[in-house]
Amino acid sequence: MYKVKVYVTLRESVLDPQGKAVTNSLNALNYNEVTDVRIGKYMELKIEKSDRDIHEVINEVCSKLLANPVIEDYRYEVEECVAQ
Amino acid sequence: MKFAVIVFPGSNCDVDMYHAIKDELGEEVEYVWHDTDSLDGYDGILLPGGFSYGDYLRTGAIARFSKVMKEVIKAAEAGKPVLGVCNGFQILLEAGLLPGAMKRNESLSFICKPVELKVANNETMFSNAYEADQTITIPVAHGEGNYYCDEETLANLKANNQIVFTYEKNPNGSLEDIAGIMNERGNVLGMMPHPERAVDVLLGSADGLKIFQSIVKTWREAHVVKA
Repeated sequence: MYKVKVYVTLRESVLDPQGKAVTNSLNALNYNEVTDVRIGKYMELKIEKSDRDIHEVINEVCSKLLANPVIEDYRYEVEECVAQ
Repeated sequence: MKFAVIVFPGSNCDVDMYHAIKDELGEEVEYVWHDTDSLDGYDGILLPGGFSYGDYLRTGAIARFSKVMKEVIKAAEAGKPVLGVCNGFQILLEAGLLPGAMKRNESLSFICKPVELKVANNETMFSNAYEADQTITIPVAHGEGNYYCDEETLANLKANNQIVFTYEKNPNGSLEDIAGIMNERGNVLGMMPHPERAVDVLLGSADGLKIFQSIVKTWREAHVVKA
């Protein structure tokens, strides 16, 4: 069994309206050292071991459903864990 | 002409769409549930607004994998008119029937108000009842109508005259004031404003009716034998 952590964010080239609002808000609280905030999604997946390469499976589900490649990027971390 | 209004769990403009076709346009229309596996017998496909599958993950992201979407893609490939309004537009983008994606409105607010649109292309099966560059008033109601695509896609949209409606005063930050685009073939239109809510002056505007009238006019010219 794998535990997979997936992070989805808007692509660097795409302006993030939420992140911009939060940056402005932090600056208004005098945290002027904060120059940028990008807001994204965090997902945890449990995936059973199979014949298929785990990275292949993750990339497939990310590009098919979890992220929209037109505007979003994703990255992930994989941990092996014991099935419960 | 017989229309299908596709109903997903969470659609909430399906009744307005049905009313617009049946009572204002005077054509045949039926509700079609999202797990239907055939759209044979329907001449036009309408994807209404709402919050399909709670807008979980991304707007339209779950709906695009519902059973009926395979049939919607088939209908689009067969050249049938397909119109997606608001959430319907978002579903068409996720399904890849139209290029680009939707982001949160620039203001981060849900915007619900009548807006002025320019008919940027009146030589389409969805807009031929309008004058060129005509200004019309149709309401918007969305939180994610901030249309985005990359430069290459935008250049293609322009080169093929696929931008059908633009906002006179951009309410949501969408690229190039885009309110509605069609596919290259010209039989799939997605738009954020709600024409089905503007089909009678009692509702504030009847400017949306001409979209449905354009579809019927084009269909009749192709399918009804002249006496």
